[in-house]
Amino acid sequence: MAVETVPGPMSGHLDPGAASSAQIKKSIGRRYAAERRFRMYGVLAILFGLAFLAVLFGSIVSKGYTAFVQSSFLLKVNLDRAVIDPSGQRDHNAIMTADYTKLARKALAAQVGADPANRPQMRDVGQLLSRDVDVEIRKVVLADPSLIGKTVPVWVLASGRVDMLLKDQLDRNLPPETRKISNQQLAWIDKAHADGDLALRFNWGLFTNGASSNPETAGVGVALIGSAFMMMTVLLLAVPLGVAAAVYLQEFAPKNFWTDLIEVNINNLAAVPSIVFGLLGLAIFINFAGLPRSASIVGGLVLTLMTLPTIIIATRAAIGAVPPSIREAALGVGASKMQTISHHVLPLALPGILTGTIIGLAKALGETAPLLMIGMVAFVVEYPTSPLSPSTALPVQIYMWATSAERGFVERTSGAALILLALLICMNLIAVILRRKYERRW
Amino acid sequence: MLAFVVGLSRANALAKKGDAVLHSRPGYYGAYFALWTLLPALLVTLAWSAAEPTVISNIVSSQLPENVRSLSPAEESLVIGRINAVARGLPKLSRDDYELVRRTRYGFTSPADAQKVLQDRGVALGSAPEPYVIAAAYDQVEMQNKSQLALSAIAAGLAALGFLYANWRTSPKLRARNAVEAVVLVALVLSSMVAILTTIGIIFSMLFETIHFFGFVSPWRFFFGTVWDPRFSAAGQTGGGDGQFGLLPLLWGTLYISIVALLVAVPVGLFSAIYMSEYASRKVRTVAKPLLEILAGIPTIVYGLFALITFGPFLRDLGSHAGLNISATSVLTAGLIMGVMLIPFVSSLSDDIINAVPQSLREGSYGLGATQSETIKRVVLPAALPGIVGAILLAASRAIGETMIVVLAAGIAANLTLNPLEPVTTITVKIVSQLTGDLEFNSPQTLVAFALGLTLFVFTLCLNIYALYIVRKYREQYE
Repeated sequence: MAVETVPGPMSGHLDPGAASSAQIKKSIGRRYAAERRFRMYGVLAILFGLAFLAVLFGSIVSKGYTAFVQSSFLLKVNLDRAVIDPSGQRDHNAIMTADYTKLARKALAAQVGADPANRPQMRDVGQLLSRDVDVEIRKVVLADPSLIGKTVPVWVLASGRVDMLLKDQLDRNLPPETRKISNQQLAWIDKAHADGDLALRFNWGLFTNGASSNPETAGVGVALIGSAFMMMTVLLLAVPLGVAAAVYLQEFAPKNFWTDLIEVNINNLAAVPSIVFGLLGLAIFINFAGLPRSASIVGGLVLTLMTLPTIIIATRAAIGAVPPSIREAALGVGASKMQTISHHVLPLALPGILTGTIIGLAKALGETAPLLMIGMVAFVVEYPTSPLSPSTALPVQIYMWATSAERGFVERTSGAALILLALLICMNLIAVILRRKYERRW
Repeated sequence: MLAFVVGLSRANALAKKGDAVLHSRPGYYGAYFALWTLLPALLVTLAWSAAEPTVISNIVSSQLPENVRSLSPAEESLVIGRINAVARGLPKLSRDDYELVRRTRYGFTSPADAQKVLQDRGVALGSAPEPYVIAAAYDQVEMQNKSQLALSAIAAGLAALGFLYANWRTSPKLRARNAVEAVVLVALVLSSMVAILTTIGIIFSMLFETIHFFGFVSPWRFFFGTVWDPRFSAAGQTGGGDGQFGLLPLLWGTLYISIVALLVAVPVGLFSAIYMSEYASRKVRTVAKPLLEILAGIPTIVYGLFALITFGPFLRDLGSHAGLNISATSVLTAGLIMGVMLIPFVSSLSDDIINAVPQSLREGSYGLGATQSETIKRVVLPAALPGIVGAILLAASRAIGETMIVVLAAGIAANLTLNPLEPVTTITVKIVSQLTGDLEFNSPQTLVAFALGLTLFVFTLCLNIYALYIVRKYREQYE
C-alpha cells in the first residue's frame, strides 16, 4: 500500500514523487509560455518604437515634400516703357516704383483670355498671382535694364490658393465660397495649366527667402544663416573650453572637494532643462551685458553653455579610453605631462572628441526653447550680416510657422522640419562614420 | 606672433653658440616671449574696458548742474539716456556740424539747430537738447577718446616691457617650458570653472529676479495659489497686482503630463532594453539599437510639430468616433508624444545598467533551473533596480523640463483637471508665453517667468542629483 505523499508547500517544484511529474510537465508548459510572452513584450516594445519612428518620418515627409516645389506662372510680360521708364532716362527711382503688378496682371489676362477692360475680372486675375509678383519682375528689369520695352518670359509665383489647388491640398469640388476660388478663376487656372503656363517648379525660395507673411514667398534663408552663425559661435567657444576642462578634470585634477563639486555640476548641467539656459541668457547676456535681442551671438553663447557639458563628458570618456601605457612611455622618454597630453593623448583621443563634438552640435542645432527666451522669435526679412544683427534659427522658424494660423504655412513647416532633419542626419552620419573609421580598440 | 618668432630665433642663436645646453626646446622660448608680450597687455585692456564706461559716466554725472543732480533716479536716468544718445551721434557728424553743436554748448547757436543736425544723422531726440546735455555728451566723447588713447599707449608700453623682460630673462638656464606650462595649466583650470560659473549664473540671475517678483506678489500666493490668471496690465501702469499667479495648476499640469509620459516610456523603454541586452542576436542589436537611438536625436520641435499637425487631430477624430470629446491639445497628446521621446533615454540608460549586472548572478540562476525570463524577473531586475530607478528619475526630470512638445501640444489654459482628454498647461509653457513678445522688465507678468524658472531649476536639480547619486552608487556596487 503506497503511502500517499503529503503535498508540501513546495511540492510543485521539488517533490520527486511520481504523482507530481505531470504537475511539473504542466508547470513547465506554463513557464515556457510565460517565457515566450516575456520575449514577445520585448519585441513589441522595440517594434512600437520603430513603428513610431516610421510614422513620424512618414507624416513629416508626406506633409512636407510638397514644400520643395512651388506653382509658378510663366508670364510673357511686356515690359512697357511707358510704365517702367516714362522719361527714357533709366531713372532708378522710376524703375523701383513702377507698377509691375499691373504688367503681370495684363500678361496673365492675355494668356488666360480674360478681358483687360473688365475691372472685377482683372482683380480676379490678380488674385491668382502672388502678392510679391512685382518684386520678381522688378528683379528681372534691374538685372538687365535693356529689356525695357521688350516682351520677356518670366516665371513668377502663383498665389497660395493656386498652389494648394495644384498640390491637391484644396478640394476643387468644394463650393466656391469655401474654396475661395471662383469658378471663373478655376477655369483660368485649368487653361494656364493645360497650356503649360502654370507648373510646379523646384522651390529655391524656400532656401533663400527670409520671413514673409505670404506663405508662397516665405523661406528659411535667414534662419539658416542665423543657425550657421550660432553653430560657429558654439564651435569656436565650446570646443576649446570643453576640451580644456576635460583635460584638466581627467588628467590633472586632484581628487578633492572642488573637483567633486565640478563633476557633479557638469553632470547636473547636462540634465538641466534647456529653457533654464534661455532664462540665464536673457538675464545675463541681454539684461546685464547689454547685447542686442534676437542677435545670433546671444543664441550662440546660450547654446555654448548648453553644449559644454556634452562635450566635456564625451572628451573625458575619449581621453580615459587612451591606455596608460602610452602616457607612461611618453613620460619615460622625458616628456612633461603637458607634452604627453598634447602630443600623444589628445591626438589619440581625437576621433572620440570629434564624435562627441558633432553630436553636441547636432543637439544645439535642434534646440528651440532657450532661443525663444532671447527674442529669436522675430520677423526678419533681411539677411543677417554679422552675429550681432537680428536673425532667427531654423527650429525657431519651424515654431513660428507651426503657430501661424494661415493654412499655407503647414507644408512650409513640415518642409523646414525636413531640412532640419536632413541636416541632423548628415551630422550624425558623419559622427558614425568617424567613429567606425578611427575607432581603436586597445 | 612677432614675439614668438624673436624668441624662437633667440633660442636658436643660443643653441648654436653651443656653450650651454638649452633647458627647453626653442618653441617654448618663443611661446614664453609671446606670453610675456601679450598677456599683461591683454589683461590690462580687458580690465580697462570693463571699468571705462562706469568711470566715465560717474565723472559725467558728477559734472551735471545742481538742479539735474537733485532729480529723482528715474528722471536722472532719462537725462543720462539723452546724453548717451547725443554722444553716440557726435562722432557721426561732419566737421561743420560738429562745430555747430559744439557752439550750442556755449549758447552761441540755438539748441533746436543742434537737434536738427543730430536728427539728420539718425539721433532721435524728443526735444531740443539743453546746453548741459550737449556739454556732458561732448565731455563724454572727449573722455572716451582720451581713454582709448591712454589705453593703447599703456597696452603698447606693457607689451614692450614684457617683451624686454622676456628678452632679459632668456638664457640657456631659463625654464621656459615650465613657465609656459604653468600658464596653460591655469587656462585649463579656468575653463573647468566655466561649468561652475554657469550654475552660479543660473542661480543668481534667477534668484535676483525672483526676489524682485516677490516684491509684487507674496510667495504664499505664488506657491499655493490655485488660479493662474496673469492679466497683462496696460503699458505704464505699475501695480498689475490684480493678476493671479498661482503655481499649483501649472505644477499639476507638468506632473500630470510627465506621469503619462513615463507610463509610456518606462515599460516600452525597459522592455526594449531587456530584449536588447538579454535576448537579441548581434545582428538585431546592430540594426535596431541605432534606429531606436534616432528617436533621441530628433529635435523636440519636430515631435511637437508631429503632435500638433498629425497626432492631435488623429486622437481627436478617434475620440469623436468613440463618442469621446478629446481636444486636439490635451494631456494625452502631449504625454504620449513625450513618452515616445523618452523611450531611447530610458532604454539606453537601463541597457547600460542591466549590462553591469555580473554574469555570475545569471549563471547561478540558470543553474537552479530557472528560465531566462524568470532569471530576468527574479534576479537581474532586482539587482539592477536602484540603477533603473535612477534612470527613471532622470527621465522624469527630462519630462518636467521639456518645453517644445508641451508648447505645441498641451494647450495654454491653466486647468486643474483630472481628465486626461482636456488641455492643461505646464510651467515651461508659461515661461515661454510670459517672455515672448514685447517685455518690460519690471512688471510681475514678466518676472514671474523667472520665479517659474527657479522653481523648475530647483525641482529638476533635486531629481538630477538624487538620480545621479543612485546611479553612481549602483555602479560602484558591482565594480
